[in-house]
Amino acid sequence: MSVSTLQTSLVDRAPVTRLTAPVRPAAKRGWRYGLTVAAFLLPSAVPLALFVLVPMVSAAWISLNDWNLITAMQFVGLDNFVELLADPRTAAVFGNTLYYIVGYLPLVYVGGLILALALNRALRGRSFWRGIYFLPVVTSWIAVAIVWRWLLNPNNGVVNTVLGWVGIDGPGWWTEPAWSMPSIILASAWKDLGFVMVILLAGLQAINPDLYDAAKVDGAGAWTRFRHVTLPMLSPSTFFVVVISLINGFQVFDQVYAMTGGGPAGSSQVVVQQIYDLTFRYGAAGEASALSWMLFAVILAVTVVQIIGQKRWVHYA
Amino acid sequence: MRERTTSRTGWVVLHIAVILGALAMFFPFLWTFITSITPGAGFSITPRLWPENPSFAAYETLFTERPFARVVTNSLMLALITTIVQLFTSATAAYAFSRLPFRGRGVVFAVYLATMMIPLQVLVVPLFAQLKTFGLLNTYLGALLPTFASAFGIFLLRQAVNQVPRELDEAATLDGAGHFRIFFSIILPNIKPALATLTIFAFMGSWNSFLWPLIVLRSPELQTLPIALAGLQGQYTTAWDVVMAGSVISVLPMLALYIFAQKYIIQGVASSGIK
Repeated sequence: MSVSTLQTSLVDRAPVTRLTAPVRPAAKRGWRYGLTVAAFLLPSAVPLALFVLVPMVSAAWISLNDWNLITAMQFVGLDNFVELLADPRTAAVFGNTLYYIVGYLPLVYVGGLILALALNRALRGRSFWRGIYFLPVVTSWIAVAIVWRWLLNPNNGVVNTVLGWVGIDGPGWWTEPAWSMPSIILASAWKDLGFVMVILLAGLQAINPDLYDAAKVDGAGAWTRFRHVTLPMLSPSTFFVVVISLINGFQVFDQVYAMTGGGPAGSSQVVVQQIYDLTFRYGAAGEASALSWMLFAVILAVTVVQIIGQKRWVHYA
Repeated sequence: MRERTTSRTGWVVLHIAVILGALAMFFPFLWTFITSITPGAGFSITPRLWPENPSFAAYETLFTERPFARVVTNSLMLALITTIVQLFTSATAAYAFSRLPFRGRGVVFAVYLATMMIPLQVLVVPLFAQLKTFGLLNTYLGALLPTFASAFGIFLLRQAVNQVPRELDEAATLDGAGHFRIFFSIILPNIKPALATLTIFAFMGSWNSFLWPLIVLRSPELQTLPIALAGLQGQYTTAWDVVMAGSVISVLPMLALYIFAQKYIIQGVASSGIK
């Protein structure tokens, strides 16, 4: 699922209401009207039902079976879940995913905020610079991952070469267990920085200038204005960035697959990489489905907690 | 709200910081290109800012030794079909949710929105099994089918259709136009900016998508760019010029589209962040 798909679903939480008054009383609408509705709705309803709803339900069924994708399924009840919970690798992949999120989110948020604040000022060629910072967002994760593998190449990559100039012996980056996750985090932050910047910039531009004037009259300095006007007024955008980043963070895969494949020694094995490996490497599709449902449950729980918790810190103007 | 920068020095410092930051952000793109035209870039040769013997040999390798012409065609074709179908299914659904009241519409719309919350990873195994049953593994159709309807696209276009004044429909109804006429001659021409935004997002999504094509398209001649690119990495472990040339080919069309349609892309993202 792409970033943009999620965005909208979370932002527009307005109650689903009927926006139109019926053109004619319902009783008078006959089968012809029914056909019209069907003609407009079926092109989207059929694919969504067949390729989202049906697989969703069958994933639940598969998770209760032993299955290697080839021979017949064998019903095992909740065994897959029990095995996963007992398996230390499960805790490890959730731990690695959490490590990714904890490293990535502050980096991309603080970076995006600094950029948004800078570009919110009277700046020459603002939209050009904004365009440059946004560029990585439109590129494919595989290309980005490959480029970063090259930049972070321990032997003759640019980063270690530059570090060498100032006398620092660069680490082995993605070739070293301790540095594989930081490498992925670095590349991810670079790619998503522009996205966060654009969201926060839109939030900043929506702040009423009168609030700053009022704060100045009250003698508030730059820091106080930032702390007591900008941050609270920006909280809806911040909330949005945090929710989206957490959802996407738990689903991190493309960059891991292309940069490290989960290695070295499983040091960057994340949940989705594990789902992929269980299915296509170890022929344990039942366990993979169980794990994917566990992941979904975690994402849902984290998102719901944030939506409930937002009352404490998000200020809607 | 745009704050005035107070001092002249502040103004200069701000500009220098923004420009240096932009250079740092852009550098990986530049380096990708430079590496791709440095013959033999790899373990022994570190590319310089300007290579001694620049050459496009790596690109030639991709198109002669590797099936890159085919791969690019595949990506282009899948992205175009996905985009066209998504525009169609999203626009018709948007019309139904905005203009065709029926019992239970609110519930149906809620279900549509809920499909956006389901991670692809949950669907991968059963989708794989489903397509296997129908013999659609390793076919373009198998890669395409799950992309045909996008709840995001429907949502985006519904917002746009809602903003088209209802007086226009009513006037057309008085002239004897039915729903199909209203849809084609009134609604579609009035939501062009939203259609443009969806076109870009659908194309971008398909062009860059990885996990699903990776699973469905196993034979080399069916592969899309991101998959072929990931494969290159395994085959040319030390020939970075070849791998980087592949990256350039995959990034270039998106850059072109981006330069051309920056306004729609950034507005699309920005508007999603505001309530």
